[in-house]
Amino acid sequence: MNQDPREFPQNARAALNDPLLRPALGRLKTHFGAGRAAAVARYGDFEALREAGRDIRDYAVTHLDELLIAFEASVNARGGTVHWARDAAEARRLILSILQDAGARTVTKGKSMVTEEIALNPFLEANGIVPVETDLGEYIIQLRKEPPSHIIAPAFHLSKEQVADTFREAHTELDPARPLTERNALVQEARAMLRRQFESADAGITGANFLSAAEGAAIIVTNEGNGDLTRLLPKTHIVVTGIEKVVADMDDVAVLLRLLPRSATGQPISTYVSVMAGPRGCGEADGPEDFHVVLVDNGRSKLIGTEAQDVLRCIRCSACINHCPVYGAIGGHAYGATYMGPIGAALNPGMMSVAEAGHHANASTFCGRCAEVCPVLIPLPKIMRHWRAVEYAGGLAPKTIVRGLGIWAFAAKRPALYRFGASLLARILKMIGRGGTVHALPVMHGWFAVRDFPAPQGKTFQAQWRARR
Amino acid sequence: MSARPRVGLFVTCLVDLVRPQIGFAAVKLLEQAGCDVEIPAVQTCCGQPAWNAGADGHAGDIARAVIAAFEGFDHVVAPSGSCAGMIKRHYPEVFANDAAWLARARALAQKTHELMSFLVKVRGVTGVPAQFAQKVCYHDSCSSLREMGVKAEPRALLASVGGLSIVELADPQTCCGFGGLFSVKYPEISERMADDKIADAGATGADTLIGGDLGCLLHLAGRMKRQGKTLAVRHAAEVLADMGGEPALGETGQ
Repeated sequence: MNQDPREFPQNARAALNDPLLRPALGRLKTHFGAGRAAAVARYGDFEALREAGRDIRDYAVTHLDELLIAFEASVNARGGTVHWARDAAEARRLILSILQDAGARTVTKGKSMVTEEIALNPFLEANGIVPVETDLGEYIIQLRKEPPSHIIAPAFHLSKEQVADTFREAHTELDPARPLTERNALVQEARAMLRRQFESADAGITGANFLSAAEGAAIIVTNEGNGDLTRLLPKTHIVVTGIEKVVADMDDVAVLLRLLPRSATGQPISTYVSVMAGPRGCGEADGPEDFHVVLVDNGRSKLIGTEAQDVLRCIRCSACINHCPVYGAIGGHAYGATYMGPIGAALNPGMMSVAEAGHHANASTFCGRCAEVCPVLIPLPKIMRHWRAVEYAGGLAPKTIVRGLGIWAFAAKRPALYRFGASLLARILKMIGRGGTVHALPVMHGWFAVRDFPAPQGKTFQAQWRARR
Repeated sequence: MSARPRVGLFVTCLVDLVRPQIGFAAVKLLEQAGCDVEIPAVQTCCGQPAWNAGADGHAGDIARAVIAAFEGFDHVVAPSGSCAGMIKRHYPEVFANDAAWLARARALAQKTHELMSFLVKVRGVTGVPAQFAQKVCYHDSCSSLREMGVKAEPRALLASVGGLSIVELADPQTCCGFGGLFSVKYPEISERMADDKIADAGATGADTLIGGDLGCLLHLAGRMKRQGKTLAVRHAAEVLADMGGEPALGETGQ
């Protein structure tokens, strides 16, 4: 599969033909869908909570400048440093320079989609620094040299048998005859391997689920505890995250913390919630000596003031992905981008370009399930449609679609012509579809590639109605 | 007794072309429910294919014609959650930056309904005089379910049909993969989604799959025909109007 969003149709076809992907994606409903539904039902007035979440995130997006400046001041006051990255290249350079200043050779990493977005790992490797992913899913796909297929479950596309094979290939120092059929055996093996890395790493990089401007704190939720080991053990801790993650204060964070795990995994709260604010203070037993926050724009700020602005409210819970029937059919790799599913479809054309990620916005039936489950009420289909309009207006829509729509619209605006054309078409299709169905036509190849067309009954409704009255 | 409301029937382009019987069924049901039904001859399509493709100019032109043709009625009713949803939810978006048309679009949106929800919620219909001795499953279209909030109404009406029994799909909330032009632009993804829906419907043991949106039904019936499957597909209005004796979608009755 190619990591190019332009090749989405080919990638999607390959994914549909991948026999191992189907059972993995089948677990979306049982693993995430059912969990969220139960958590929402148990919560009570989840709708009111979603509205509160929307308001908090909306305030943040519309006051981003103020909040970010306040956040930087708070971080400085705690002895940390904030770095500003306009794009992926600047972010990579800033991170490398922090690591080089710290003399770091190995760096442990908590799960961070922003570091995926800026392609940090290959850059560090090229500069002689070894990044070690410590989230179990990220660790697995790092060994396999694959990108994440899901924003919170990066190895969701894999079976435990595939993971066992990967571990046998990678962990050559272990007994080749060891049993690896149980899920727990895999977890224990990864823990043992990672423990050494945690102890020897020179620096730790994590993402952030939220930033609190008032406290100068970054907050992450994890279920494995790897985030704490990544941030607390090494001398240098770098938080890498998007500028839109900031909110006013910990009260706002508390509301979002009720929404995030319930929407993501159906948990009332994640196993760990880490609040990371500044380097180790006087008398504190744990913590890094240096604390850095790299704030990445990379196409986010240009969405402010556009019809796509609401997408910046996203808290990356993955509920839209977990409930998306298109993602459920093809998985995440087919998108060829860091963000997949509905959030990718709403975000990628803006952060990349419509020319690059136009397929993402088009590959939706607008079924609306994503918006229905979004914890911060992002109108995802509406934003996808906006990108389609940008694509159409920019002359980037497929020529066959533009031509077809043009002919159809010409007729649809001329009722007499339309009635004549529809009557003719109904008669022709009925004639071709004598057995009740039309099997092929020289147009609508996409339709006839996978299905027949039920033949019309004969005369149009309008013709029959006017004949009767 | 209040005066009979004047209802403008938005036939929909697919019903007009492929399945006029659904239009006649809708007329019959509306008349039974005490409405005077009129069908403006100038209607063609609601413009949704253009709007969803991002062809805003075409969508606006078509929407203006629909608004002009239908704004004089007491109610506008469509035998489709999708077309009704376009008028009700999206016409105001089409004219978001055009105050004069926005007001007219909102006024029309206010009185636009999906057929079955109109019968139950506005006209208070609780049952229909129809017979259909089959086990059926009901396919909720996404636009009926999520844009129009229609779920209980078709089931309530179908339950009143003599001889009919309804079984629920295991996963009624999931899209069937039609999605208008999506079905043409991404046929293989659409195919997988259809096959999942068809497997769900098949597992219910129903004789007929019934739905309220002809788009989904053409897609599902067309896919089943291609696979040689025999589950019949019909629009709910046909069954409710006691017109279930006609050949099902894609059948000739011979």
